Amino acid sequence: MKAGVIEGAPPDPMIERRELVQRVARQTLARRVRISRGIVALCGLALVLGLIPLFAILYSLISKGFRWLSVDFFTQTPQFPSLVDPNAIGGISNAIIGSLVIDGIAALFAIPIGLVAGLFLAESNSRFAGLLRKTAEIMTGLPSILLGIFAYQILVIGFNEWGIKLPGIGFSAVAGSFAIGILMIPIIMKAAESALRRVPAPVREAGLALGARRGVIARKVVIPTALPGLITAVLLALSRAVGETAPILWVIGASTVVNWNPKKQMASMPLQIFQSATSPYVSLRDETWGIALFLVFVVLVLNLGSRLFAGWLQRERR
Amino acid sequence: MATTPLLDNPNRPLTENPKGFSVKSDSAHWAVLYGVSGLFALICVVFLISIVVSSIPAWRHSGLSLIYGRVWNQGANTFGALPIIVGTLATTAIALFFAIPIGVGSALAIVHVLPHRLRILFSSLVELLAAVPSVVYGLWGLLVLAPWFESTVEPGLASITGHKFPFQSPPEGVSLLLAGCVLFIMILPIIAALSRDAIAVVPREQFEGALSLGATKWQVLRKVVLPGARIGIVGAVTLGTARALGETVAVAMVIGLNPLFPRSLFSTAATLASTIALQFQDASPLQVASLGALAVILMALTAIVNWFGRRLVAASAYSAGVL
Repeated sequence: MKAGVIEGAPPDPMIERRELVQRVARQTLARRVRISRGIVALCGLALVLGLIPLFAILYSLISKGFRWLSVDFFTQTPQFPSLVDPNAIGGISNAIIGSLVIDGIAALFAIPIGLVAGLFLAESNSRFAGLLRKTAEIMTGLPSILLGIFAYQILVIGFNEWGIKLPGIGFSAVAGSFAIGILMIPIIMKAAESALRRVPAPVREAGLALGARRGVIARKVVIPTALPGLITAVLLALSRAVGETAPILWVIGASTVVNWNPKKQMASMPLQIFQSATSPYVSLRDETWGIALFLVFVVLVLNLGSRLFAGWLQRERR
Repeated sequence: MATTPLLDNPNRPLTENPKGFSVKSDSAHWAVLYGVSGLFALICVVFLISIVVSSIPAWRHSGLSLIYGRVWNQGANTFGALPIIVGTLATTAIALFFAIPIGVGSALAIVHVLPHRLRILFSSLVELLAAVPSVVYGLWGLLVLAPWFESTVEPGLASITGHKFPFQSPPEGVSLLLAGCVLFIMILPIIAALSRDAIAVVPREQFEGALSLGATKWQVLRKVVLPGARIGIVGAVTLGTARALGETVAVAMVIGLNPLFPRSLFSTAATLASTIALQFQDASPLQVASLGALAVILMALTAIVNWFGRRLVAASAYSAGVL
């Protein structure tokens, strides 16, 4: 006997109807919840699937690369394996030094230009600044191989279309630095701009109210306040620069001797990976994992280090 | 009235310069800013000119058949980029085919499924994928994925589909499909992180309001969150596309550089960027110019796609250089 039904009375159509509605609602709710759970689970699965490559790559790097890391690996020059001695491969000191020199020179000119141009983007509201911002955005999105072609045309062969003749300096580390530096500038610019724009307006205005000039405010107030962000910007750009292969592919030549002279040909870690990975020698291909492990280690230290350092500095200041 | 302090003088000008403080004495500041920014602008202009000019001999030699020509044969000095353009579009399409559902799905999972504490961890892991240098992806694709594709994935796909198009040619490992998959891994962090940013800014109240009306989580995501984040997600996909079109080194290592029309997903192919990277060595001056022409095509393609994507994405991570 159901509640609300009077003994002996004819069945109430309203109650029947209500029961029908409730039954259908229960069913559709169960169905909707099932579908929802299924798809939410699929989303989680997508996340797991997306992260599998990351862990697979890290696993490959560590399992195949770790055994190469030794003192000799970092201090010896490479030897080319021959059929007689296919395991003689030496070390990668030339590539490490090459990377240091190339990225060092690139950083030397890219960091000041990038930071000052970033300050300009943050300070100025002129049309030129807007145009420059667009340009920087487009430049960061362009394939980096184009910068390699640029450095090749300008520095390696010297420009000789239309009768313009620059003194080409040939395949050299400087040409690589040029390409890498131009890659870094817009990255630093954009990141520095957003860091500088995060400085609260009242801080600026307090300086203005004290009668300081804009240049003084920028140097003494805005830049120190934004320093953690600026350091992050530079380190992130460096972490990109260290791993870039395409811009230097055309221009640095590939030397197998240790060489500190930036006007000569040089090796570089990413380029070394690119070349050794397709080598016919198994030992050279295996060694690539060692270089790659070290390279990824450097990149991740710069990348994670920049974030941790910025977070630490931010906390220290509070 | 010579002794009246300047401040009390009702006739004094409010400031020397109506715009504010003595701008003149600030000129060094602006000179440096304009000078350095101008230098960068100059570099960009020279960059553009040098790429375009370096390709002029190729346009003179081949004309517009550089774009629609069907044969790329440096031995015969015939340079037609159509197969290469098709290869570029095909690898990008394969990458997007996987990256869009998985990227957007991970973004939804990060924002609306994971508990709050794990959110930052997984976001950082996804962004870490973007930090790995592309040459390492190429290395991994060539030495780990390619043998696996050759022995397992490609024969499996072929036997499931009965060796029909596009799975008909013999498995080689190094192939269009492998290049697409490597690209997928590389653009996944861009699509996932930028979609995550777009999804995270959909107001929490809308999400909760829809839930309170009795919608299930998926209904809310589909009817409220995804429409709200639509523009940002389209922007994320567009920027991912631009990256996939221009990726050089990783693709160069796994595509097998074969500038012919790809007959199946398992055949080797070529993309614009990888051709530029691999054919440069031992190239004749005319071939260098033709590669420059490929660079012009590539630059136009990526610049347009990029510009379009930038208009849709207001994301901080992208502009801050993380991705």
